[in-house]
Amino acid sequence: MIENNTENGKIKISVSDFNLFYGKFQALDNITIDIPANRITSIIGPSGCGKSTFIRSFNRMNELIPSVHTEGKIFLDGRNIFDIDAVELRKQVGMVFQRPNPFPKTIFENIAFGPRAHGIRDHRILEEIVEKSLRQAVLWDEVKDSLTKSGLALSGGQQQRLCIARALAVEPEVILMDEPASALDPIATLKIEELIQQLKEKYTIVIVTHNMQQAARASDYTLFFNMAENRAGYLVESGKTTDIFTNPKNELTEQYISGRFG
Amino acid sequence: MIKDIAMIGKKSTVIDPTRNLRQRKLTQNIAFTFIWLAGLLAVAALLFIIYYVIKNGMQVIDLEFLTTRPAGGVSGKGGISTTIVTTIYLVILTITIAAPLGIGTAIYMVEYTSDLSGKKGFLGWLVNTIRTSVEVLAGVPSIIFGLFGFAVFVSYLKLKFSLLSAGLSGACLVLPLIIRTTEEALLTVPKSYREGSLALGTTKWQMIFDVVLPSAIPGIITGIVLSVGRVIAETAIFWVTLGGSYRLPQNLLSSGRTMALHVYMLASETRAFEKALGTSAILIVVIIALNLAINISSRQFAKKFSGK
Amino acid sequence: MARELFEKKIKQIQDEILLLGSMVEQAALDSVTAFKNRDIESAKVVIEDDQNINDKRFAIENAILILLATQQPLAHDLRLLAAMLLVANELERMGDYAKGIANNTIRLGIVDLPIPYRDIEKMSELAVSMLHRSLSAFMKEDIKQAVAIPAEDDQVDELFNKCYRTIVSGMIANPATIDDASLLLWVVHNLERLADRVVNICERTVFIKSGEMLEMSGSDDEIDLEM
Repeated sequence: MIENNTENGKIKISVSDFNLFYGKFQALDNITIDIPANRITSIIGPSGCGKSTFIRSFNRMNELIPSVHTEGKIFLDGRNIFDIDAVELRKQVGMVFQRPNPFPKTIFENIAFGPRAHGIRDHRILEEIVEKSLRQAVLWDEVKDSLTKSGLALSGGQQQRLCIARALAVEPEVILMDEPASALDPIATLKIEELIQQLKEKYTIVIVTHNMQQAARASDYTLFFNMAENRAGYLVESGKTTDIFTNPKNELTEQYISGRFG
Repeated sequence: MIKDIAMIGKKSTVIDPTRNLRQRKLTQNIAFTFIWLAGLLAVAALLFIIYYVIKNGMQVIDLEFLTTRPAGGVSGKGGISTTIVTTIYLVILTITIAAPLGIGTAIYMVEYTSDLSGKKGFLGWLVNTIRTSVEVLAGVPSIIFGLFGFAVFVSYLKLKFSLLSAGLSGACLVLPLIIRTTEEALLTVPKSYREGSLALGTTKWQMIFDVVLPSAIPGIITGIVLSVGRVIAETAIFWVTLGGSYRLPQNLLSSGRTMALHVYMLASETRAFEKALGTSAILIVVIIALNLAINISSRQFAKKFSGK
Repeated sequence: MARELFEKKIKQIQDEILLLGSMVEQAALDSVTAFKNRDIESAKVVIEDDQNINDKRFAIENAILILLATQQPLAHDLRLLAAMLLVANELERMGDYAKGIANNTIRLGIVDLPIPYRDIEKMSELAVSMLHRSLSAFMKEDIKQAVAIPAEDDQVDELFNKCYRTIVSGMIANPATIDDASLLLWVVHNLERLADRVVNICERTVFIKSGEMLEMSGSDDEIDLEM
C-alpha cells in the first residue's frame, strides 16, 4: 500500500520556542514543532531526553510538580494552552499512561467516572457513553457481560484498553500516550497498535515510545529527541515516519535508529 | 571458542558452599527459637489475662447485671446498664468531633501540601509543625489530655464534668491517631490514581473525594476503630472530665460513667471485686468483638475493590 | 561496540558478494575465451560452473533474509541489505549471460563464419572491467566512481552496434549462414546486456548512500535501433 503523500495540512498543536525547567535544571531546550491533526505522531529518543516531559506539557500535567516552570508557547487549535483553565484543557487533551492505572472501581464506574465528573448524571446517557467508549477501545465484546467486575480484575492488555476507553469517554480531541504498550506482552501490544490506527480517524494522537519498530509500524510522523552533555532535551529531526526510518537526514538520527547508540 | 568449553568441567570456585553451612543453619535455628518463644510468651500472657478475668467475672454476669444501673455504696450494688450506654454515647461523640478534624487535617497534609515540606515559606513551616506536633501528641500520656480537658473545657469554658468535656478531651486524645492512620492510608493510594483522575479533567477536590478517599477508606476506618478502642479503654482522661455519676446522661452537659471508669471505681471504692472483674469481662468481650468486626468488614471491603 | 555482531554479518555478506562478482567476471572471460578458441570442452566447464554461481546467489539471498528478520535494520542498513539482494540478483543474471555465450559456442561448433572476434573481445574486456570497478564502488559506497562508470556503457553499445552490422551484413551476403549467424547475435547481445546490468549496480550504489533512486545513462533496449 502506497501512502498518500498529500497532507490535509491541519495543525492541531503548535509548539513555539518551548523551554522547561525543574528548578534550575533545564529539561527541554527550545522546542518548536507542529503536531498535525488526525495523525499519529510518535516521539522517539534515548532514555531521559525529555520525551515524557514534553508530552506532559500538552495537558499541563507537569504543573503538578511544584518546581517546574516553562517558557514559550503551546497552542491547541490556535489557543494558547496556558490561557485556558488546566482542568478544561485536560478534558480536551487526554492521557494514557505507561502502566495501566484503572481505578479500584467496576469497569462501568471506571469509564463513567470522567463523564460524571463533568456533570453527566443521566444513567441512560452514561450507559451509552460507556458502551461507545468500550467499542472504540475494542474492549466491548470482551467485557460487555461483566461491566460490574472490578477494573483491576482484567489482564494487563485489557486494563490498558480500559484506560484508553476511560480517556475516550470524556470526548477529547487529542490523546497523549506515554509508552502505552511497554508494560504489555507482544500480542496485547499489537492490539493496542491496531486500536490506535483506528482511533486516528477521530483523534489526534501523540505517542512516546522506546520501541523503534513500534514507532515505525504505528505512526505517521516521527519526532526524534536527543540530549547531550551540556544540552537539555532537544528536537533533532522530525518528519514522515517512512522517511525517517528509511532515509533520515540527520547523522544522529541515523545512528540512533540503527541502534548505534542510546 | 573451543577453549571455553574445555573450562566448564573444572571447578573454578573459591567459595565452597558447605564451608560454614552448619554454623549458619545453627545460628538460624537459635534465632528462630527465640522468636517463637517471644511470640508464645506474649500470646500466653494475653490469654492468661483474658482467662482470669472471664473466669472470675463470669459469676456476676447475668441479665440483671446488664440491665440495672449501678446503685453505689461500699458493696457496689447494682449493674452496669448506664455505664454501657454512657460508653456508647462517649464513643459516638468523640468520633464525631475527632474524625472530620483528623481526616481533614490528613487530607490537607497529604494532598495539598505534601510537596511543600521541603520548601521554605510559611506553608512549609506549617506542614512541618503539624507533622511534628502530631508525632509528639501521639506519645503524650492520656492523663495530660485529661488535665488539659479539665483546665480548658471543665473549668475555663465552664462545661463542668460532662459528656461534652469528655468528648472534646477524648477527641484531642485520638486526633493524632486518626491523623496518622488517615495519612498512612492516603499515602498508600498510588500516585497513578491521582494522575489518572486529573488527566481526565477532574478538579483536585473531585480527585480526592471520588478516587483517593474511597480507596483509602479501609485504612481510615482502621484508624477510627482504633480510636474507638482507645476511648473504650481509657480511664484517666475521663476520670477528670466526665465525673462519676452513675445516672443515665440526659444531655451533652450531663455527667456519666464509662465501663472502664466503673471498673476502676468498683475496684478502688468498693469491696465488689467480682463485679469489677465482671465489668472487665464485658469490656474485653466488647473489644474482641469490635476487632473481629473490623477485620471481617475491611477484608470484605478490600475484596470488593481489588477484584476477585 | 553497538551491533558488532550485526556489522560482522553484513561484512560477511559483502565479502560473499565480492566473491560472487569475481566468479561472474571469471565466467564471462572464460566464456568469451572458449568462444574465441571454439573450445567446446571449456564451454562445457563454464556451463557447469554456473551452478556454483546460482548456489552462491541463493546463499547470499538467504543470509540477507535472515538479517532482515532478526535484526530489524532501518535507514542505511536497510537500504544496504535491500541493495545487496538486488545486486546478487543482477550478478546471477550476468552469470546466465556467460552461460548463454558458452551454450552458443557449443552450438556453433566448428562452423566457419566471419566473426568480429576483436570487437567481441573488446566488449567483454570492457564489460568485465566495468563490473569489477562497479563492485568496488558498491563496497566502498563511492558515489563518484559509481556515477562515472555508466558512461562507459556507451562504448559497449557502440561496439555492439558495430558487431551487429557486421553480422547482419554477413547474413545478407550469405543467407545460408543465417541460422548460425543469429547465434552470434545472441553472443554479442549477452555482452551488451551484461554491461547494462553493471549500470544497475551503479544505480544501487547511489541509492545506498543517498536514499535516492536514480536512472542512469543508457536505455535498457535490447537492440539499439539506430543504425
